Amino acid sequence: MSPTATSTAPVSATGVTNPTRAPVITGLGVLAPTGIGTEEHWRSVLAGRSAIDRITLFDPAPYPVRLAGQVPGFVAKGRVPSRLIQQTDRWTHLGLAAAEAAIADAGVIPAELPEYEMAVVTSSSSGGTEFGQHEMENLYQHAPDWVGAYQSIAWFYAATTGQISIRHGMRGPCGVLCCEQAGGLDAIGQARRLIRTGAKLVMTGGTDASLCPYGLTAQLTTGQLSTVQDPARAYLPFDADASGYLPGEGGALLVVEDAEAAEARGAGQLYGRVLGYAAAFDPPPGSDRGPVLARTVRTALADARLDAAEVDVVFADALGVPEADRAEAEALAEVFGPRGVPVTAPKTLTGRLYGGGAALDVATALLALRDQVVPHTAGPAAPAPGYEIDLVLGEPRQAGLRTALVVARGHGGFNAALVLGHPHGQPEN
Amino acid sequence: MVTGVGVVAPGGVGREAFWKLLSDGRTATRRISLFDPTGFRSRMAAEADFDPVAAGLTPRQIRRMDRAAQFAVVSAREAVEDSGYDFAAADPARTGVSIGSAVGCTMGLEEEYVLLSDAGKHWLVDHTYGVPHLYGYMVPSTLAVEVAWEVGAEGPVALISTGCTSGLDSIGHGVQLIEEGSSDVVLAGATDAPLSPITSACFDAIKATSPNNDDPEHASRPFDAERDGFVLGEGAAVLVLEEKAAAEARGARIYGEIVGYAGRSNAFHMTGLKANGREMAEAIRVCLNRARLDPTAVDYINAHGSGTKQNDRHETAAFKRSLGEHAYRVPVSSIKSMVGHSLGAIGSIEVAACALALDRQVVPPTANLHNADPECDLDYVPRTAREHAMDVVLSVGSGFGGFQSATVLARAGAVAYEGAAV
Repeated sequence: MSPTATSTAPVSATGVTNPTRAPVITGLGVLAPTGIGTEEHWRSVLAGRSAIDRITLFDPAPYPVRLAGQVPGFVAKGRVPSRLIQQTDRWTHLGLAAAEAAIADAGVIPAELPEYEMAVVTSSSSGGTEFGQHEMENLYQHAPDWVGAYQSIAWFYAATTGQISIRHGMRGPCGVLCCEQAGGLDAIGQARRLIRTGAKLVMTGGTDASLCPYGLTAQLTTGQLSTVQDPARAYLPFDADASGYLPGEGGALLVVEDAEAAEARGAGQLYGRVLGYAAAFDPPPGSDRGPVLARTVRTALADARLDAAEVDVVFADALGVPEADRAEAEALAEVFGPRGVPVTAPKTLTGRLYGGGAALDVATALLALRDQVVPHTAGPAAPAPGYEIDLVLGEPRQAGLRTALVVARGHGGFNAALVLGHPHGQPEN
Repeated sequence: MVTGVGVVAPGGVGREAFWKLLSDGRTATRRISLFDPTGFRSRMAAEADFDPVAAGLTPRQIRRMDRAAQFAVVSAREAVEDSGYDFAAADPARTGVSIGSAVGCTMGLEEEYVLLSDAGKHWLVDHTYGVPHLYGYMVPSTLAVEVAWEVGAEGPVALISTGCTSGLDSIGHGVQLIEEGSSDVVLAGATDAPLSPITSACFDAIKATSPNNDDPEHASRPFDAERDGFVLGEGAAVLVLEEKAAAEARGARIYGEIVGYAGRSNAFHMTGLKANGREMAEAIRVCLNRARLDPTAVDYINAHGSGTKQNDRHETAAFKRSLGEHAYRVPVSSIKSMVGHSLGAIGSIEVAACALALDRQVVPPTANLHNADPECDLDYVPRTAREHAMDVVLSVGSGFGGFQSATVLARAGAVAYEGAAV
């Protein structure tokens, strides 16, 4: 006998309900080189205060890259339960601390919300890199039984998501997106999907901490890191002197909520709304097909039901590698017209945070929407000749901001675009 | 709709070799040959007899790709060929990729570490010996990149890494991409090649893997009273997923339809499980609810069945909790008894097994099951495959982090729905 469906309602295998209102962002937790805490980060960004400095987490002397953005004075003790400090990598310490801060900021008491309606989805670029190097050292200097019990739960890419879920009793669907430096946007895109499938609150975003000798060595093999030794001159995206980028650590976690659920629990501040998202992938190397960034942005705008002219600021990927900068400038000029929209990249202050970078950009963009100011890009003197973008330089620019676009790309060909809306600035989408 | 299946698994490369192993009830677990396992607590694994040259990879690809990437690309090729889908004629923007992996390119990462650190002597590893593709090993996203390049995908591409449920979650993600209209076709699957010293050592450290080294062929014993841990495995499976109407319109051969997927988390412990199976039961309940199916519609359960003491009890409790009395009537089996536990890959390998089971109307057995644990009192299809009429099959996974996932496949046309499913 054939089974019959228990209902003839329209079917979704993954539980998608009809998209209604755009999800809202109600809490931010920032652990970045520019500051521990959202406001400290934001003050540094507006002041153009760079956190790029010589690496102190290990001795960088043997390496051609000795500069990075480190989270200043981050001590896990006091921010992460002592048991978890030894059981997890620094990347997870940062993630747990950021999650804690985001929950406090949102004024959420997880124990009071339905356990299965809270989800966690983070971005991870390279997992517990430093922890893994230590345990491989134990294995090869000594013997298999020198490898500690926590390697199995600290190194793998899902460690941060799992620990956040456990710590806050979030029993809904959990996820981890590894799309290299685009992953932070993909995690937020996935958070929106989870809200469309019944989650009411999603802890999302990402952190990274791959500043250890093996992590840096691996990054060096891409040839995209800048070996310039002057902290003020090393990472100059879109500048004629662009020479690559610098790495950093940290990131941001965000509380994203279903709009009605946030209202129902009386959420305080709303930072903004997730209006649109898209992801796409560049053709293989050597293909005669062009890059897909312009299409990705257009798809995200269509998803947000916005025209290009309705975008008020773009937070660029800004790799700092000339070919990539050119491609990004061309894509932005193609979609928005030459110098058609203010473009900025405050990430020159932190370096690129891999799994945490795009999430921090989203946090920064939300603060820009809140305070109606476009933070400037510290470092570059001017866009290189031929880059038709209105790069905000020198000082922050006051502007009426209703929407912001965040762009991120990841090694290998990942492209993602996220459209954010002011919480009260647009008709409901 | 699942229209193509590609598998690289222990016991033989390719979908048919895989199915032959399962339907014969043979095991592919043996003493580890990929490295010298002397000195390890568990010295066994289910290894894939995989020759990248014979599998058609170019020397450049072989040099660049970690073993996990090689598995993924070869599985993807088989799935593409099986599907008959003309990727070259399709709009690349409408092709998506969703690949799962628990531990990424660990093998390559470890091999290069040994070289750069001079066998662990130097914390400040020697960067001058870094191979050009070292960063590709550091980031697991490479696995999705390689599959995307293989088929020229320019739509959404993602690597999903939720530990041992990665392979179910990556397929669930692929289904989402089609449902939401982001892609017409998605290559969805998972890969892991974790048979390296560091991974073996870390499972030794928590005594998760079986120490029954004297009898490797019979070491993976899910649901048996004598079970003493899982046996590591490796491999990959990739499926071609298509939107239902389009697959039917082109007359594709359809293995089955993914009609439900859900994930939940226990928020209890990174590796420990509560005996009552509560959150896995919830994942199953939601999954069946999304599939609009009553629990009694389930004709076969492909269990996580890792063979650890706690998992098999947890899972048995979850089936009873979610399916009620029907749990005692439905055949349940664990293919990990034959192909080991390939971490993130196994979820997709198990969905591939479900697609083939539906296609062939045969339930693969639980090998090595002689004396069931009294607390595991369901029908686990011991040792011998069984012909069985199936319309609906359930596959579940449970993993580190406390993640619990479930997916339901239905034979094409077996369940009457209004609206679209994949």
